[in-house]
Amino acid sequence: MTVDVQAPPGAGPPIRRARLRFGAAVWRRPWLKAIGLLGPPTVAFCVVYLGALAALLVSSFWTVNSFTGELVHQWTLDNYRIIFSLSDPTYLRIAGRTIGIAAAVTITDALLAFPLAYFMARVATPRLRGLLFIMVVLPLWSSYLVRIYAWQTILSGGGALDWSLGKIGLPAANIAYSNWAMWLVFSYVWLPFMVLPVYGALERIPHSYIEASRDLGARGSRTLRSVILPLALPGIVAGSIFTFSLTLGDFITPLLIGGTNSTFIGNVVYENIGINANVPFAAALATIPVAVMGVYLVIARRLGAFDAL
Amino acid sequence: MKRIRKIHVLVLALVAALLVPAAGVSRGNGTSLPTKIGKGEGSLNLIEWSAYSDPSFANKFEKQTGCTIHRKDAGSSNEMVALMRAGGGGGGGQYDLVSASGDASLRLIYGGDVQPVNVNLIPSWKDFLPAFKSPAHNTVKGVHYGVSVQWGPNTLIYNTQKVKPAPTGWGDIYSGKYKGKLTVPNNPIQIADAALYLEQTKPSLGIKDPYELTKSQLDATVSLLKQQKPLLKRYWNYATDEITSFKNGDVWMGAGWPYQTLQLQGAKAPIKEIVPLPTTGWADTWMLAKKAPHPNCAYMWMKYVTTPQVEAKQALVFGETPVNPKACPYMNKIEAGSCAKYHLNEPASYYSKIKFWKTPVAQCGWQPGNDCMDYSAWQRAWTEITG
Repeated sequence: MTVDVQAPPGAGPPIRRARLRFGAAVWRRPWLKAIGLLGPPTVAFCVVYLGALAALLVSSFWTVNSFTGELVHQWTLDNYRIIFSLSDPTYLRIAGRTIGIAAAVTITDALLAFPLAYFMARVATPRLRGLLFIMVVLPLWSSYLVRIYAWQTILSGGGALDWSLGKIGLPAANIAYSNWAMWLVFSYVWLPFMVLPVYGALERIPHSYIEASRDLGARGSRTLRSVILPLALPGIVAGSIFTFSLTLGDFITPLLIGGTNSTFIGNVVYENIGINANVPFAAALATIPVAVMGVYLVIARRLGAFDAL
Repeated sequence: MKRIRKIHVLVLALVAALLVPAAGVSRGNGTSLPTKIGKGEGSLNLIEWSAYSDPSFANKFEKQTGCTIHRKDAGSSNEMVALMRAGGGGGGGQYDLVSASGDASLRLIYGGDVQPVNVNLIPSWKDFLPAFKSPAHNTVKGVHYGVSVQWGPNTLIYNTQKVKPAPTGWGDIYSGKYKGKLTVPNNPIQIADAALYLEQTKPSLGIKDPYELTKSQLDATVSLLKQQKPLLKRYWNYATDEITSFKNGDVWMGAGWPYQTLQLQGAKAPIKEIVPLPTTGWADTWMLAKKAPHPNCAYMWMKYVTTPQVEAKQALVFGETPVNPKACPYMNKIEAGSCAKYHLNEPASYYSKIKFWKTPVAQCGWQPGNDCMDYSAWQRAWTEITG
């Protein structure tokens, strides 16, 4: 021990010496430390995430030999030509339906989540707020599939919905296996993802702003329109990223809840991989949601959604 | 110097570690047929329709051979193909056998996912009904890619309380009488059902084989299916979906399999089925995966499930018909009259009225040339109909 302390630097055992030299080098050059810390996640991000996206994009320009199911590595735009064909708008119709329902679900969730989040953030007592929080996230504790099957039972003929409507003297809704059913189920399953960011945004509005608005003579509706809504907008947009993208990529709900006009992009992707082994065509289709989300995120950024996350 | 040498050793070890499994796989790809069944490997991995290795007969097999069965239940033909193609295809070195139906089997054969089977090692094979010895859906150019195991017709299921009078033929699912209360499978092979219906009702189209359609024949079939779409409540994806829809009254009539009828009748639902002839049907084959890790256990299983006693048991568990007519007395022993109920005692002319599923390919069987529409065209057409 004593020998070690008295020895001049560089005279210890080789491993210890190297460690000291490494520590000194990193201390002298902070950028080395930055590379060391950020390098692994950056590499992982590039390889796993961007790499997968690049592979998707590249393979969408290939085709597949329909007889053997083997990939033909030849550049072609055929896949995109089929998707964007105007003479047979099957895929455009499917893409339009997917985006349309995703938008409808997002708007519905925003309308439902705002009053709830407002009540939680500004009206409820801490005790009630905690209770509401638990109620909002409670459905997330059970499997997504279980909740969808539960809705299948609720909506089906003779299910809870038609039964309750009958009890209050209304005709049966009869919406099992339809796009209405899908809209309802999607709005339900993604609602927590909207409530939480909106709550976060509303909670951050200082109470003094609202008092100032009142002092200046604004009524409740004016305060809501001119003060609260603009400040909550980033939270709504942040929540809409979740509800929109989650609906856009789903394929299980259309399968179990949808009717005869409910095919989503995800279903066609699934069928083309499973049935046809036509991975290039599936990849070409999958670029549609990627592109839509890309545009959506740019708009969301403009609206300040990323400050609210 | 010393440290560098250590790194060299490490790299060499890593390369060697990567090469060993690669060599193992390439050795396993030999194409020569086995001439005898060797010692069991102790394990057997199946991709199967639910209950195709029901413990009521599989337990005995496990005890006899020492091959422990690991099951992967698939919900649809597409799922089976997807499972077989996962992990680089050929069963991914994980699965040994797949109980593929006729709409999946040729895809697996042409996709190189299954390997030839020596049927001489399956003693019951020579007893099979002639229609199932070398059927077009599992035998290509005389090479067998598996052994047939069971079959059944596609049936017209209906609710006896709602559908009065009882349906008489497939025409009832194309007519508007029960609009919004009908269902058909969400499967491109459903095109064949419509084609078979057109073969009967519109001879001018010249349809010879519902699985070998020219462009114009396919187009006519697609337009019939598009007319049918507004009449449907839904397309069913899994057998359980259809059972649920019948049970809660969302659906009154639809195309399905005897399995659904048995399940519904077992649940005391007012359900019956008819088999309008001619009809489409399915026939399942145990197919040997190209990269099967336990081929001996796989052969033992194919040998075991085709024996008359086991054929009879499986038929009554699942609600289907054996390919081995010697199973008839064993079926009657388990359930009196079941052999006739499942049509195992029918003459050969009966089988010619059931058009068994096969994957459509470009080469027409009934005329020279490659003018027929292949499966990917069928798939596209189906998306066009349902999407």
